[in-house]
Amino acid sequence: MSSSLISPNPIGTSNPAAAGADRSREAKTRRRKKKAQAQAQAQSKARSLSSKWKSQAQQQIFSSNLLRALAQSRRRGGGGVGGGGSSGGRAVREAADRALAASAKGRTRWSRAILAGRIRISKFRKRKRPAAAVAAAAAAAGRSRKPRVSVSRLRGKGIPAVQRKVRFLGRLVPGCRKEPLPVILEEATDYIEALEMQVRAMSELARLLSGGASVGAGSSSGSPPEPLPGQ
Amino acid sequence: MSSRRSRQSSSSRISDDQITDLVSKLRQHLPEIRDRRRSDKVPASKVLQETCNHIKNLHQEVDNLSERLSQLLSTIDPDSPEAAIIRSLI
Repeated sequence: MSSSLISPNPIGTSNPAAAGADRSREAKTRRRKKKAQAQAQAQSKARSLSSKWKSQAQQQIFSSNLLRALAQSRRRGGGGVGGGGSSGGRAVREAADRALAASAKGRTRWSRAILAGRIRISKFRKRKRPAAAVAAAAAAAGRSRKPRVSVSRLRGKGIPAVQRKVRFLGRLVPGCRKEPLPVILEEATDYIEALEMQVRAMSELARLLSGGASVGAGSSSGSPPEPLPGQ
Repeated sequence: MSSRRSRQSSSSRISDDQITDLVSKLRQHLPEIRDRRRSDKVPASKVLQETCNHIKNLHQEVDNLSERLSQLLSTIDPDSPEAAIIRSLI
């Protein structure tokens, strides 16, 4: 049967932004109260969101999505491609990213960006990514020798080094290129957890496929062989 | 000083505490910084740097894993127990 989801939090990432706009309209004393409230809310929301990616249920959902996407892609391009190494890997990677974004249920920007843009901009991303990575890596390596910037600098965003890093980070996380700093930080947090879950799920899957010996013993971790309903 | 509301129309006032909170939360996810001593003094640029590196590493791992998976899937035997696993999961 379908495994129950960890409590889905209906508040999306737009909550801090809404609270921020609200805050600017209130008086100063009320603003402070609301800020404390929003912070507590954000903390509890963050905790529930972070546990979401660590749960077993989420991993199972991701695995089933991934397998379905893989089966689809194999049915479509199985005859023509002929199993080329790099192209097959690329297709798996994109299917995995789509499954990951689908597991996020569209509550984060990067998941929406992945689902919306994978088809259109896959060609452009292949060109942009190597050039941007080399240039930014060179710039970042040169600037990381002065680690004396504190958080107040982040707020002011006057230092070009921090600014450059923030922009680079915004490019790494899909869909966050033009977002302000707190949005990028939040998206990056969620994205890192999601990627870790993706790595865990895919390595489990690879282990199951290559080994196959631990199936009969009642698999302790990873996705157990039971039919999950289509989601 | 703190009256920077120039070009961010969606969130007009980004408080310092909010950013500190986000940075510390992000720091928890980075294994390099978490195990370091004196975790209070890690500057924000370092956190950003480690975040970029971590995301790049994770991307690399996902790429490697998808390579492996594609090879495994292409060479799989239709009658083996592995295929049964896949079929039962779908």
